[in-house]
This record gives sequence, C-alpha cells and structure tokens, in this order.
Amino acid sequence: MSDPVTIWIVIAALGLGTFAIRFSFLGLIGDRELPRWALRMLRYVPTAVMPGLVAPLVVWPAATGGEPDPARLIAAAVVLAVGAATRQLLPAVAAGAATLGLLLAVLPSA
Amino acid sequence: MSTPATRRAFWQGLRDGAPFLLVVGPFALLFGVAATAAGLDIVETMAMTALVVAGASQFTALTLMQEQAPTLIVIFTALAVNMRMALYSASLAPYLGQARLGTRALAAYFLVDGAYTLSAAKYEREEMTLSARLAYFFAAVLPMALCWYALTWVGAVTGQAIPESWPLDFALPITFIAIVAPMLRRLPHLVAAFVSINVTLALSWMPYSLGLIVAAFLAMAAGAMVEAWQERQG
Repeated sequence: MSDPVTIWIVIAALGLGTFAIRFSFLGLIGDRELPRWALRMLRYVPTAVMPGLVAPLVVWPAATGGEPDPARLIAAAVVLAVGAATRQLLPAVAAGAATLGLLLAVLPSA
Repeated sequence: MSTPATRRAFWQGLRDGAPFLLVVGPFALLFGVAATAAGLDIVETMAMTALVVAGASQFTALTLMQEQAPTLIVIFTALAVNMRMALYSASLAPYLGQARLGTRALAAYFLVDGAYTLSAAKYEREEMTLSARLAYFFAAVLPMALCWYALTWVGAVTGQAIPESWPLDFALPITFIAIVAPMLRRLPHLVAAFVSINVTLALSWMPYSLGLIVAAFLAMAAGAMVEAWQERQG
C-alpha cells in the first residue's frame, strides 16, 4: 500500500476534484438562462445516464462472475414493468426484490 | 420556509430516499472493510468517505493504490469515474440555480447518484417552488449520507461485510430502474434509455468509464431530437 503522504494527497485531490465536478454547472451557471437546445438535452440526463450505469450490472453481474443470470434479468424486467405501470417507486422496488429472492431460491444455480 | 408544500416535499424526499439505504448501507460496509484491509487507518478511511462521498471512485482509488500505480494516475482514473456528475450538476442547474451560492455548494457536495436521480425525476414531473425542491433533495440525501458515513465506520472497525450469498449487488439496479421506469412511458425518454444501454454495453471496452459518458451524450441528443420531432408533429 502507498505511504501515508500519498494516501492523503489522493484523498485531498479526489475530494476536491469530485466536489469541483459536482459544483461545476450548479455553481457557475446559477440562475442564468441556458439556450433552448441545452435545456432540451439536459432533460434527458437521467434517462441517458442511469440505464447505461445499470446495464452492465444487470447483464454481466459480478455475483455470477459476469455470466448473464436469468433471475437478475427477470427481476430487472419486473421492476421496469411495475415501475412503468404504477409510476410508484416502492411497489416497483418491492416487486423486484421479491422476484429476485424467489427466483434465486427456485432456479437451479450454476 | 416551512410552507405546507415544502413540508410535504420534505416527507416525500425522506420516503423516496429510504429504499436507497439498502444500496448505500452494504456498499459502505464493504468500503470500510476493503479500505482497512488495504492498509488505510480509520482516520484515512473516514476522511476519504466524508470528503469524496462517491463509492465507485473510492474503490477505484483504493485498488490502484494497492497496485502501486503512480499517484497522478490514481487521482485521474478515480476522478474519471465521477465525470457523469458534471451532467447531474448541469441537469439540476435550471431547477436549483436560484438558490444561494452556499446552498448550491452544499447540494453539490451531496450530489450522489440516488438523490440526483430521484430529484431530477421529481422536478420534471411536478411544478415545485425552489424551497420545496431543496427540501425534497436534502431530505432524500441526508439519510443516505449519514448511512454512508456510519456504515463505512462500522465496516472499518468490525471488518464485517454482508455475506456475498445475499444478492445485495442487485439493490442498486432495482432502485435505479424503479425511478427511471415511469419516465419511459414517454417516447423521447424511451429512446434515450435504449441508446444509453446499447452504446454503454457496446463501448464497455473503453477505459476510464468513457463509454458511459459517450453513451450519455448520444442518448441525450437522441432524446432531444425525438422531442423536437414530436413538437413539429404537433
């Protein structure tokens, strides 16, 4: 492992850098009006980032050594369906967790 | 400050943020265990957790330090993992930009994936006052943040993570899919999500989490184009 000085340099730089990234637009734009095309693109940040962030975890879960796992794929589909149908967070989370728990108990695991 | 609408937003934030404790808690325990196992003392572990507040990049930094990577490489690689948060910052600016500078700085410090996604989805869905938006965001994020600090400490002190036989790896996908799912009822969001998933998976070979950033820009452009097309159709 690195020596304490290096560890503290990494902690400080990572802390400051991460804050700078998070503060960037919130801090600098403030209440200035953005152009219409920028606002239009920014409306899609949640659906442009989260599906990509989650997709590898769904398709290639580390828990199965990166092999696609029917239980996890089905659970993800159930969350999607219940979330889209009910527009509610908690029922979708509960349905997904229940599906995964049930399938992992029932399906033969590798 | 404490109008009924603001109070309601506060309680909604607390309730919507609650499922994320199942995501944050196990991840925090694991980071505490991994950091002390890697040789960080308790002060270093807690300083990293409290100053960075971004688990994936903390794990990246830890792994690279263990591999004796050059310090600059450790820092830049771990920061690259957090680049998506610049998009979160830009995305919330139109909603929170009128808040005072200190308030925006505090929100920026707490701009974690879960609280961002909940808030962006909520703000798009509902007209809210600035104080109601802030109440929702901070109510959603504070329990997550406290859980993150506290369970990192527990993990570091006890060395006990949650057994791998519990499928808690899937708490993160489940909660994020659940937030995004209602937005996918609208075509531009559906197209954006489709592009995001396919491009990220296709570009998973790219280093420094770049694939996700490229995919995000393409997906945003796709969503915006579909929206503009729909407007022209009337």
